Amino acid sequence: MTAVSPSVAGLRAEFGDAVGRHVVSCGDTIVYLANARAHDVLAWLRDSPDQRFDYLTDVTAVDYRDPERALEVVYQLRSLPRRADLRVKIALDKRAPLEVRSVRDLWRGADWLEREVYDMFGVTFAGHPDLRRILMWETYSEGYPLRKDFPLRGHFSRAEQTRQALAANPEAHYSMEELSIAEAYDELPPDMRDRLARGERGFLR
Amino acid sequence: MGLSSVRPESTTVSSVSPNWITTRLDFLTNWARSNSLWPMPFGTACCAIEYMATAASRFDIARFGMERQSFSPRQADVLICAGRLPFKLAPVIRRIWDQMPQPKWAISMGACASSGGIFDNYAMVQGIDTIIPVDVYVPGCPPRPEGLLYGIRLLQKKIMGESIDNDLLREEKPVGSSGLFLPADRVDELSEPFGNSVHQTRTS
Repeated sequence: MTAVSPSVAGLRAEFGDAVGRHVVSCGDTIVYLANARAHDVLAWLRDSPDQRFDYLTDVTAVDYRDPERALEVVYQLRSLPRRADLRVKIALDKRAPLEVRSVRDLWRGADWLEREVYDMFGVTFAGHPDLRRILMWETYSEGYPLRKDFPLRGHFSRAEQTRQALAANPEAHYSMEELSIAEAYDELPPDMRDRLARGERGFLR
Repeated sequence: MGLSSVRPESTTVSSVSPNWITTRLDFLTNWARSNSLWPMPFGTACCAIEYMATAASRFDIARFGMERQSFSPRQADVLICAGRLPFKLAPVIRRIWDQMPQPKWAISMGACASSGGIFDNYAMVQGIDTIIPVDVYVPGCPPRPEGLLYGIRLLQKKIMGESIDNDLLREEKPVGSSGLFLPADRVDELSEPFGNSVHQTRTS
């Protein structure tokens, strides 16, 4: 099971230098892409009639213990009609701002996946329409938990973590549009109006 | 806050000497309260499955006066936290606890609710007693239904020892302006690593 995916040859013919090295691991082909052109390459992988990677299985990231080694953003692609898989990686230098272009415009399913990568690794996805934390609460201020420089128990003391957690305002997690009560705002009880007005994401008026 | 705060037998002659009427009234009140505990299940993980088994016909907590599962905190007497509590849920369980009317009690079911269990990490509350006062801790991972039933029987025993003329029923206030319900150093002390997780001290 060491066959290289035929997509690699197609990628090299089409994009040349934008396609970096490739490796075969456990039967899966992994291709490294240059960050600058990654979005074009991924769009081509989706749309080219020979590739048709129409399903984005996962977006995730890997932070290695070696501080010199790049952080990798991983896209796991699947072509449902061709029954083929391809893993695409973008290596990001940890000393520079971690930023890649969002692929949410190519695959709608990337929306929450990219939010999770942002939440856990602090990678920003340029062009994402709603990039905010998804697993941790939105006022979480300790950093990005899956980075290797993040201590297992977090940066703050347990008392501080508990204090911040208790100070969180669960109702304010949702915008009024999400609660569908924007129209009824004036009729709400004053305390609820106050809580919503102090919302983490602002509110309608 | 644990079992140590159970008042000794009210019927013994003490310096304040509770009279015959209050002790009889205590007995009546406590008998009624302890045999009609309406549980508010707060199930977050696998302990909730065991809780469901406890509530279902084979083990049947209705035998102990918990016929009505109260899914509204306003009509509940005992909060049963079944499962691990992440920090994200801490304000939620606190809000539910505040919504429950006195008299109220809490059971911490399972290792994670009682101490954080295996989840000694950035996301998890290290024991719900840092958030709300707990009356009975049920150990186990998860506890078997018999274990939870034993915890419920212990709580009933504790309630039978209460008295209406002392305000054992807790009045809770935040400590200072911190918003915590225990002093900060007490929270840190309760959350200290123990057992195998003391070896997980690496920071990078």
